Amino acid sequence: MTNTPSDLKYAASHEWLSADGTVGITDFAQEQLGDVVYVELPEVGRAVEAGETIAVVESVKTASDIYAPASGTVVAVNDALTASPELVNSAPYEGGWLFKLDVTGEGDLMDAEAYASANG
Amino acid sequence: MTDTPTEPLKRTPLHAAHLRAGARMVPFGGWDMPVQYSGLKAEHEAVRKGAGVFDVSHMGEFRVTGPGALAFLQSVTTNDVSKLKPGRAQYNWLPGVQGGLVDDIYIYMVRDGEYLMVVNASNIAKDWAHLSAHTAGFEVQLSDESDRWGLLAVQGPKAAELLQPHVDVDLSAKKKNAYFAAKLFGFDVMLARTGYTGEDGFEVFVDASEAETVWDKLLGIGLIPAGLGARDTLRLEAGFPLYGHEFSDTIHPLSSTYSWVVKDKAHVGREHISLAPAHKLIGLKLERVPVREGYPVKVAGQVVGHVTSGTSSPTLGHPIAMALVEAAFATAETFEVEVRGKDHPATRMDLPFYKG
Repeated sequence: MTNTPSDLKYAASHEWLSADGTVGITDFAQEQLGDVVYVELPEVGRAVEAGETIAVVESVKTASDIYAPASGTVVAVNDALTASPELVNSAPYEGGWLFKLDVTGEGDLMDAEAYASANG
Repeated sequence: MTDTPTEPLKRTPLHAAHLRAGARMVPFGGWDMPVQYSGLKAEHEAVRKGAGVFDVSHMGEFRVTGPGALAFLQSVTTNDVSKLKPGRAQYNWLPGVQGGLVDDIYIYMVRDGEYLMVVNASNIAKDWAHLSAHTAGFEVQLSDESDRWGLLAVQGPKAAELLQPHVDVDLSAKKKNAYFAAKLFGFDVMLARTGYTGEDGFEVFVDASEAETVWDKLLGIGLIPAGLGARDTLRLEAGFPLYGHEFSDTIHPLSSTYSWVVKDKAHVGREHISLAPAHKLIGLKLERVPVREGYPVKVAGQVVGHVTSGTSSPTLGHPIAMALVEAAFATAETFEVEVRGKDHPATRMDLPFYKG
């Protein structure tokens, strides 16, 4: 049973977005990916449209594109992932966050209940 | 491997056991196979430090019998099958008529005039057609026993220790490439001291109808079920080429470092193997970013080849890759690998990356 916090919004492509614009991947997604070994983060200042590829999370086996769950500008990235990409596995909603957006418009997002039932 | 299934995926005799064990299943060469159970790294580590068991029942088995069996095998393979003795196994190649390899295989000698050939799952139909087309003039019969056998690979430094109490033969007397009958948990099996992980271990040929019972008993004595994910990272660390990646119908067989598989004898496609390969297979080490099959490999900005297999090595803790590069650059020490439009430095690393 994977964890789906109720205070976040979720993209069908498995990213979460918090009220302050923080973005990460879901517990379900990190479990599907397996051991994360490398994260390619966007540059601070980059403007992005919802749905655009913005980062890459690599597990031992595969590289997975991460899509922006909202439009806006990247205002911070999680540098801790450079040394400890495994934080994406161990703390997908906390220490394993990917980047923060100054959100100008959300994409097509679900609440926790809808996301959990879609990935049950 | 990307599959676009046009027909239902085939299932091994262990399919239900995999689902019970909570395996994540993926399409692989036309089969519905377990990619991982507890997690790729945990399974990988279990095989490096203890022992794990893989379902490799999707691989094919052909029996080759008759007074002309040896002469036939000599004509369709590159290695010297006459060196085999009953109860021994040999790694070998099926060269193509137009260059490249039809497959890389294992041949097990049962007795004079009888051999078992194990072939890659995705090549079963192709190998069968190729071999059948070359039997003319030989007193030989081929039979496809792929559905008869379940094949389990018990691999890891503790494989022999864990199996010994449950078999009726002294495993310490069986050296690498031994092939012998045994009773395992009371079931009649054939055991081969072979594998594809770089570790000691045994491959267990068991009647398909008994495979699930034997699998469950193996888990019961402490073997960790391991999936295709760990199988691939283990074989890559061990520097073993994989058909469809480092070998194919179009890649020159001698691109790899396995020239010892080619002996001086007459065989199908020999004229192609006498030519020097335009590309060589090398090992690469990267600092951080994993590189995947197909990524361009460069020297001073110029593309000289491409990655054939790549992963982040669980044992070594950094990314590794095998790459086919133009022969002239095979001895270069530093390369770049292009990852999503950006070049990342790589250094040449001797194969195997890891030696058990």
